[in-house]
Amino acid sequence: MTALPAALAATAEAFAGVEFDLVLGDTVARAPREDVVELLEAVRDTGFEMFVDLCAVDYLTRDPRFEVVVNLVSVSHSLRLRVLVGIPGTDPTMPTITAVYPGANFYEREAFDLFGIEFLGHPDLTRILLPDEWEGHPLRKDVSIGSVPVQFKQASRAL
Amino acid sequence: MSDPPDVATGDSEAQKAPRAESGSADRRTVHDLWLSGTEAPRELGLFTDEGAQEMLVEESDEILAGQLGTIIEDDYERPAGSVDDELQIINMGPQHPATHGVLRLHIELDGETIRRVKPIIGYLHTGMEKTAEALTFMQGSTNVTRMDYLSPFHNELCFSLAVEKLLEVEVPPRAQAIRVLMSELNRIASHLLWSATTGFDVGALSMMIYGWREREPLLEFFEKTTGLRMNHNYIRPGGVAADLPAGWREDVAGIIGTVESGLADFEKLLLGNPIFIGRTKDVGVLTRDECLAYGVTGPLARASGIDYDIRKVFPYSGFEQYDFEVPTTSNGDVYDRFLVRFEEMRQSMRIAQQVMETIPDGDYRTEDRKVTPPPRARIDESMEALIHHFKIFTEGFKVPPGETYQAVESSRGELGMYLVSDGGPKPWRLHVRGPSFANVQSLPMMLTDSLIADTVAALASADPVMGDVDR
Repeated sequence: MTALPAALAATAEAFAGVEFDLVLGDTVARAPREDVVELLEAVRDTGFEMFVDLCAVDYLTRDPRFEVVVNLVSVSHSLRLRVLVGIPGTDPTMPTITAVYPGANFYEREAFDLFGIEFLGHPDLTRILLPDEWEGHPLRKDVSIGSVPVQFKQASRAL
Repeated sequence: MSDPPDVATGDSEAQKAPRAESGSADRRTVHDLWLSGTEAPRELGLFTDEGAQEMLVEESDEILAGQLGTIIEDDYERPAGSVDDELQIINMGPQHPATHGVLRLHIELDGETIRRVKPIIGYLHTGMEKTAEALTFMQGSTNVTRMDYLSPFHNELCFSLAVEKLLEVEVPPRAQAIRVLMSELNRIASHLLWSATTGFDVGALSMMIYGWREREPLLEFFEKTTGLRMNHNYIRPGGVAADLPAGWREDVAGIIGTVESGLADFEKLLLGNPIFIGRTKDVGVLTRDECLAYGVTGPLARASGIDYDIRKVFPYSGFEQYDFEVPTTSNGDVYDRFLVRFEEMRQSMRIAQQVMETIPDGDYRTEDRKVTPPPRARIDESMEALIHHFKIFTEGFKVPPGETYQAVESSRGELGMYLVSDGGPKPWRLHVRGPSFANVQSLPMMLTDSLIADTVAALASADPVMGDVDR
């Protein structure tokens, strides 16, 4: 916990379960998923008013398997904060943060669509980029990049 | 617009009553018709039905009120006994010419007033984030440059900066200056195209010709420098692909002259024109709070008074050396977005001018042989050069494990990339935070309770590039 921005000092004290860190110059908070909504409310009130990004990462062999990454910006303090939330592969759920940052709506749908992480309490958790009838969650690491078989003329003869 | 008569009860006066009443109070509610000249702050709407529309659920009212300083109230209730066909649902897109790509808007209309909008995206999804995991870090910039196809240099720059951050590679000052020059020229090109299409969309048909005409010398310069008019793959991890061509100063000076005279024409043509003012003033308004809550960045946020430009707040690629202003306005309507973008073009030209004056000599890419392939001549002489060349082009260079978020100010707002490396030659995960994705998400805020005729102007002013939204 070196050189934590002053704006976050009080939040870091209030949340014992949250680990603050500095990674390659970025302020990072690792939060258990039970705490994430309260943590985001607290940091929003300390000045991280802008929601920037939410995405998921599939680490496959790690435990927990998934990580949801929330990027926030404080326009008033000129700071960035990245909140990492570990999500186990056996129970890929997480409370929605749309109540704190309404802008997370599309991003959570995207993470659900591509990774199959269910955001509990989300107002409309449907596929956003892929067709509704799509099966599976393609950005998971156990889904191969795949290909669509194309029927060329005279394909069998050429082979 | 008049309410359709109530078929079931015939009691149309009773239906109108609650709406009229709420309009007479001095703070407006979300379903009051939005009139120009109103001073009351625009409130966040509560969208009542299913779907992504329900961005603000009832449980969160208090939280949101605390965040935004507003109280959310929904006065729009379908009167008892009314029939279903009072509201008309139309689909705008995905083949509509004014949606700037394959965006589909699901619009619910009450007469001519938009009650709800739901943007439906994904028609251009090609799985580029998955593709990125199959390409090496060296090939990665060819992939990302195709995402936001109107600002390819910004995509490449963002990706390269993220890779360099993980590699901890120092980029030579000349390469940084070239990157700044190209990305600022790209911003001008993108804004010119935006002025052309948006002008066209609000009825200034000649803008379509003038905007593209002024953009042409920029594309010619890009072609001269990179070999391609778009999807350049010019900015790469470690530097840029080639040095600036001979005579580039004359070219850039010529471009600046062309764009400056073009901009003066645009302003004369548009900003005082009563039809243009009528189509754009107080249309598609986003407030400062809405922008913050929905992650709206770039010219949209600056037109709403948010002084947030990544080049100033989190400078990259040496932007702190250049002297430029971040224009902001306070109304947050389509007209202000024109003002902000016109001024941004001027500031970009200022930066380009400064690059011409201050660009240092030296390498245009890092000499670190692990990242940059050796010159062709060295391969004949040196075994190491041959090995490096072979390794780079077969396996690719390896990037130390780690994760990083890098953002640049693209023409449309904050373009961010979250890059995770597992120590191999390919990214473990590349997430792209496209500015258009968040800006498209804010369309319901802009459009709800405005007239259907304003849809095209408001949508065009958001400047969504669907390649960036769907990836």
